[in-house]
Amino acid sequence: MDLNYSQEELAFRDEVRAWLNANLPQDLRDKVANYGELGREDLLRWHRILAKKGWVAPAWPKEWGGTDWNLVQRYIFEEELGFVGSPPLIPFGLSMCGPVLLRFGSEAQKRRFLPRIYDGEDFWCQGYSEPGSGSDLASLKTKATRDGNEYVVNGQKIWTTLGHCADWIFCLVRTDSNMAKKQEGISFLLIDMKSPGITVRPLVLMDLGREVNEVFFEDVRVPAGNLVYEENKGWTVAKYLLGHERMNTGRVGASKRELAKLKAFASAQPGNDGEPLIRDPRFRDKLTRVEVELMALEITNLRFLDQMRRTGQSPGADVSMLKIKGTEIQQAITELAMQAVGPLAQPFVPVGSDAEFDAFTAGLAPRYCNYRKTTIYAGSNEIQRNIISKMTLGL
Amino acid sequence: MNFDYSEEQQLLADSVRRFLAKDYDFETRKKIVASDEGCSADAWATLAEMGVTGLPLPAEFGGFGGGAVDLMGVMEAFGDALVVEPYLATVMAARLVARAGNEAQRGSVLPRVVEGRMRLALAHTERGARYNLAQVKTAAKPVAGGWQLEGEKVVVLGAPLAEKVVVSARTAKGTSLFLVDRGALRFRAYRTLDEMRAADVSLQAVEVGADALLGEEGGALPLLEEVTDFATALVCAEAVGAIKFACDTTLEYLKTRKQFGVPIGTFQALQHRIVDMYIAHEQARSMACVAASRADSAQSVRERQLAVSAAKIKIADACRHVSQESVQLHGGMGMSEELKVSHTFRRLTVIAQQFGDAEHHLGRFAALDTEGT
Repeated sequence: MDLNYSQEELAFRDEVRAWLNANLPQDLRDKVANYGELGREDLLRWHRILAKKGWVAPAWPKEWGGTDWNLVQRYIFEEELGFVGSPPLIPFGLSMCGPVLLRFGSEAQKRRFLPRIYDGEDFWCQGYSEPGSGSDLASLKTKATRDGNEYVVNGQKIWTTLGHCADWIFCLVRTDSNMAKKQEGISFLLIDMKSPGITVRPLVLMDLGREVNEVFFEDVRVPAGNLVYEENKGWTVAKYLLGHERMNTGRVGASKRELAKLKAFASAQPGNDGEPLIRDPRFRDKLTRVEVELMALEITNLRFLDQMRRTGQSPGADVSMLKIKGTEIQQAITELAMQAVGPLAQPFVPVGSDAEFDAFTAGLAPRYCNYRKTTIYAGSNEIQRNIISKMTLGL
Repeated sequence: MNFDYSEEQQLLADSVRRFLAKDYDFETRKKIVASDEGCSADAWATLAEMGVTGLPLPAEFGGFGGGAVDLMGVMEAFGDALVVEPYLATVMAARLVARAGNEAQRGSVLPRVVEGRMRLALAHTERGARYNLAQVKTAAKPVAGGWQLEGEKVVVLGAPLAEKVVVSARTAKGTSLFLVDRGALRFRAYRTLDEMRAADVSLQAVEVGADALLGEEGGALPLLEEVTDFATALVCAEAVGAIKFACDTTLEYLKTRKQFGVPIGTFQALQHRIVDMYIAHEQARSMACVAASRADSAQSVRERQLAVSAAKIKIADACRHVSQESVQLHGGMGMSEELKVSHTFRRLTVIAQQFGDAEHHLGRFAALDTEGT
């Protein structure tokens, strides 16, 4: 047993870290550090910097721009991205649509879409959830009716992250309503967001951030060539994505960075007695417990990785526990950061032109609010527990 | 990076596990606990044959010079089977002898421990000291030809079974260790909550020779800290074995116990709770790896202490969480002395506090962490 990375792995980590530090633009770094809202151009700028270096899609096959890194290198790279505090790489194209096309797409689809995803020319979003279909995704109702060489799509998607930035959306749509099982009769369709009949309406969250949307489809005509895999076999595609490698789902690197920030921050904040807040045992105990949880998560993540490397077997449903613990930790850190500033957590939105205030401090409570999403999205933590219960424990 | 046991570590763990399954099953263990000695001479002899007693001791005395990582699989198996042998006590005292003893002391004790012919105990904890290793009121004053010890030690694990006891006492120079024959000590023996044998030891003008001093006078505290961290790493691994048993047996119960005409494992309220138990098990296992690795090969004392405290915080929380849930999910049966799970509950309850509960280690971690900034 050896918990440390090998010399080669450490050298790789140092190389990645040095390059990221040298190439992450300062304004983007500051925006991330201050929890500013990242727009389409911010996200694509960083995407293109990585694409130019050849590092934007490490897990893709070499011929499509992958790096040929092994599992551990890929993990280290993702951890370092989180640790350096870069804008996130938007997963919808790189880790969702891309892998789906690589596995199920036709040659023409691959050639058409993959290079544009890689180069950051197309911004993708995901059309899964509907107002009546959240955790019960397979009950979705958005309908696609075949009409000659086209599908006609009618319905509504919701919680569409960054839909307002997107050029394309990949959707699960119902192509047959008469199947015995609701999972059958679903298809995976690629839709141009500029198509007539698509309306995007922002859904403002409680932190007032512009992040998710409702997307309405009214007689939207989609070329039949945009169907991925077979008609009515979309659930197979969706399941593949769920089972697709989710090794970084715990986001250990980003949480390490946030925890280090929180510790420095809590050392600078006075407690009631004027001593640094970090010396307040009641605050400190909460902080230490989060730190320990994060250590345990990191080691658990590495153990899964090591197991996968040795056996070639993906840990499967157990990855769900990385999502559960990872999001609990992310939430706990945002909560402690908000608590650390005490009454100063209240300023929220400036009123009047002269009402300036410390944007970082004022951002802590909205961030706490925003991060409540993490235990809900990408399969709520309750759904993750259902998955472990069924797949791992056999209940 | 590699989380595997080596082939040797795995082989030893497997053979210990096989032996315990065969000769230390729950019914046998009950008889052992109820016996006069409260432990099994046969089991001890077998463990010695397998090399378990010698594993953490130096090769020059017949041992294998192993560390905490080498013992992880064995301790896990102990936790699974709820072994009540005075192994931890013997290892702690023997490692102090190995670390601090002179040639005569090491030579008279270690080969016999390795061969399974001598069991030891460490008498350190005192009433009112809680988990503070530095608090020692027992006094050792120099007298003609040696030392005189005066004081009281509590919850000395394995004391009734030990041939020799390592006793800590304060001299003019600070905390020191003495190697004392059991016959010189007066015991009040009892069975602990987790069914091991222990005793409160009173030292009333106990005279020992000059050759009883173990290591440098006044130099014992760092050694006690080191051996306690080592033992903490071992109970972390033991806890993982016990937690795994508690999870598995509870899962089995959820699949077989029927109410309202269906197995109770079909109820989501219970499914989510057992999932959380398994998650706690994985997280605990990860931290047991951290504790053992750093107990063996930390770059500094501070690094070792931080890692062991972090692990013990997580393990203590997991011990309480999983043991409490395993009883709750068994319903009334979980309360019954008949079921092994209630005995696992008791061992996990003790491990949660042994060598410091979560709060103690939260305090130590915070102090060390702040010191480093």
